[in-house]
Amino acid sequence: MTQLETPQVTDSATDRNLPKVWKWYDYFTFNTDHKVIGIQYLVTAFAFYLIGGLMAVAMRAELYTPDADLLDPNFYNALMTNHGTLMIFLWIVPAAIGGFGNFLVPLLIGARDMAFPKLNAIAFWLNPPAGALLLASFLFGGAQSGWTAYPPLSLTTANTAQSMWILSIVLVGTSSILGALNFVVTILKMKVPSMKWTQLPLFCWAILATSVLALLSTPVLAAGLVLLLFDINFGTSFFKPDAGGNVVLYQHLFWFYSHPAVYLMILPIFGIMSEVIPVHARKPIFGYKAIAYSSLAICIVGLFVWVHHMFTSGTPAWMRMFFTISTLIVAVPTGVKIFGWVATLWGGKIRFTSAMLFAIGLLSMFVVGGLGGVTLGTAPFDLHVHDTYYVVGHFHYVLFGGSVFGIYAGIYHWFPKITGRMMSEMWGKIHFALTFIGTHLTFLPMHLLGLQGMPRRVAMYDPQFAPINHLCTFGAIVLGISAIPFFLNAVWSWHYGVKASDNPWDALTLEWTTSSPPPIENWVELPVVTCGPYDYGSRDRNIAEIPQTA
Amino acid sequence: MKQIPISILTLIAGILVTLISLWVGQNNSLLPEQASIQAPLVDNFFNVMVAIGTALFLVVQGAILVSIIQFRHRRGDSGDGQWIEGNFPLEILWTVIPGIIVIGLGIYSVDVYTEMGGIATTHHAVQAMPVQRDSSIGINSLPTNAGEPASLVVDVSGMQYAWLFNYRDRNIVAGELHVAVGQDVLLNISANDVIHSFWVPQFRLKQDAIPGQTTHLRFVATKTGTYPIICTELCGGYHGSMRSSVVVHAPEEFDRWLEENQVA
Ligand code: HEM
Ligand SMILES: [Cu+2]
Ligand SMILES: [Cu+2]
Repeated sequence: MTQLETPQVTDSATDRNLPKVWKWYDYFTFNTDHKVIGIQYLVTAFAFYLIGGLMAVAMRAELYTPDADLLDPNFYNALMTNHGTLMIFLWIVPAAIGGFGNFLVPLLIGARDMAFPKLNAIAFWLNPPAGALLLASFLFGGAQSGWTAYPPLSLTTANTAQSMWILSIVLVGTSSILGALNFVVTILKMKVPSMKWTQLPLFCWAILATSVLALLSTPVLAAGLVLLLFDINFGTSFFKPDAGGNVVLYQHLFWFYSHPAVYLMILPIFGIMSEVIPVHARKPIFGYKAIAYSSLAICIVGLFVWVHHMFTSGTPAWMRMFFTISTLIVAVPTGVKIFGWVATLWGGKIRFTSAMLFAIGLLSMFVVGGLGGVTLGTAPFDLHVHDTYYVVGHFHYVLFGGSVFGIYAGIYHWFPKITGRMMSEMWGKIHFALTFIGTHLTFLPMHLLGLQGMPRRVAMYDPQFAPINHLCTFGAIVLGISAIPFFLNAVWSWHYGVKASDNPWDALTLEWTTSSPPPIENWVELPVVTCGPYDYGSRDRNIAEIPQTA
Repeated sequence: MKQIPISILTLIAGILVTLISLWVGQNNSLLPEQASIQAPLVDNFFNVMVAIGTALFLVVQGAILVSIIQFRHRRGDSGDGQWIEGNFPLEILWTVIPGIIVIGLGIYSVDVYTEMGGIATTHHAVQAMPVQRDSSIGINSLPTNAGEPASLVVDVSGMQYAWLFNYRDRNIVAGELHVAVGQDVLLNISANDVIHSFWVPQFRLKQDAIPGQTTHLRFVATKTGTYPIICTELCGGYHGSMRSSVVVHAPEEFDRWLEENQVA
């Protein structure tokens, strides 16, 4: 058990006239407490998730029949574009990095706050206007060129909406750069002196890798988008082919950011996995170093694979081959993580809490998504399935299975710490069952659709694909319904749930050494690290410490 | 169960996994029919990946299943699992094996891609000509007929929301692509407005039509029939309806089509 032995009194909350606890309205202010900011990020992200989810259900309803008979095709494209954008830029990234990162990193390393609390608040407050701008763009028709916004299409459709879309992404991009800077400094400079680097929780390693990646790649996206904005509004012609511009250049700029962006989404989730699995399996994480280094390896190799999104575009043969190889190589560090988690389960005493169910669900779905990804990484096969439903199936396995499941696992795991109350396990399990079934039903058949010849981003399709599309739409309805028990559970438990003890899962990382929810400034006396974060089963730990709910 | 040594069980499981994976790799019939010389190359490659993927899937999911059954928490047991922090040889093994698999797949894909005509080979003097530079984007002549001109050249242009096929030498402009079976066809693909993408699922070939840049697809159709041409790059509201067909004729039939459609 990590202990609070040596009193190490630093300037505590009372010295600075801070209140003891925050009131509800503090969450609507420019608050600089990392926990408040974390919760602000999470709640906002969930709101956007709901909106994005409704868009998805509307799209699947349209796709129930082969003709575009429910929605206008341009409106379909606007929904499709904004669904993708919301899910990536306003759901996964803010929830996983902003939400979990802010709430957890200082707690995991024994710090009182992030390095730059005001910067942190600014980073968060860029998000709501970005989301508002994105949704307001629907008043002008909505951006219709997909979340990739390839010119020349993005230069010719719904110009005002497209400009709003760009500004919105630039805002979230700025937010993530500021956030990333803050994480790097916080992790490098602020961990308690008693924590060795090999005792740094894996979630922090993941956030560190993510932040480095964000710092390197986000500016490139911003540059590409600003050039696009100029082309739309100020008569420049960077990407206008008839005036000497180059449309493929945009794709390079875009994917140089957006490929790493998929790791931005998944690395923090991998971090969550590495925290959740050992606790509920009651075993040390298998291969701590390998998992930590593989995050860094993914971060580095991930910067050299972007062209695999452009195999069918204007890319010469050598690029197709070079990027096939580099893409395939990323599969190795990813595999190392998967095997590490499976080996962590092996020989454990697995508790099937809702958090653990989602973590295992993620593991099993990421295997499918990952194998699909390897096939897509090879140029000869990608030539067949690029821009088809095979890709849509693949990335939803990775993004829904790989990210959403991880975020849910994290919520069930840390809810007691965040709110001081337990979530209902029974409703958690119902939520899991519906989500798991719904995900497979929606996204597995899509692989077949793509292989057989259905392109993506279409509101109308060949009638021969109707039966399989019915399956996908049913699945989407199940998925839509699956969110209901979760939201009810979260809201209800927040108010009326069983009070949580400080350490309901009997975990060893530092956040569990303070009260639930943690006080402002986290600890009265900073904790002292006496054992590693995953030392389950080592020495004679106090056996009486079974989960307790006071 | 207790009597059977674990190594035998592992061996049996290994053999089963191998057999199932090989079978799935050969009999998945996930892909549509093959109608070009490139299609079998892609399909064989796909089937190899399916076999490997099935094996990995079975092993990893099997391990997950076994652990959640075998190592579940029993009521009343409040202790921890075994204190195992890692196993260096095992970790090396599961880094090296996937490493070998992906390098192998990488080499295999370069090979398939070359066979498909993706890499213009340069053993003929003609290849040195500057014109050939431009043709490096897309699928070009097969290694077997490198440097030889195609027997039919068609200019394809994509526009919102139709494909136009221009048989320059024959003075034909059509909304559908017509070729003869066994004919060495070269498509010069361009776009008038936004990016489109030319895909014939039965050919397993796809290439973007990019405004301001010509790209290429060279193929030999191997089976007569009518196959869909699908636009796979989002090109506007009616992107989904940007469909046409390629008709693969028997040679005599194709000549008749040429005659009937030639503008005098
Ligand atoms: C209720 C669950 C969901 C359903 C039914 C769903 C359905 C869809 C559909 C039908 C499309 C259009 C595909 C296309 O035409 O290319 C799409 C696109 C997309 N979805 Fe989802 N989706 C869901 C959840 C998610 C989540 C959780 C994420 C990410 C975290 C996500 C990310 C994307 C992205 C990035 C696109 C591509 C948009 C584009 O191409 O511009 N989706 N989704
Ligand atoms: Cu098109
Ligand atoms: Cu199109």
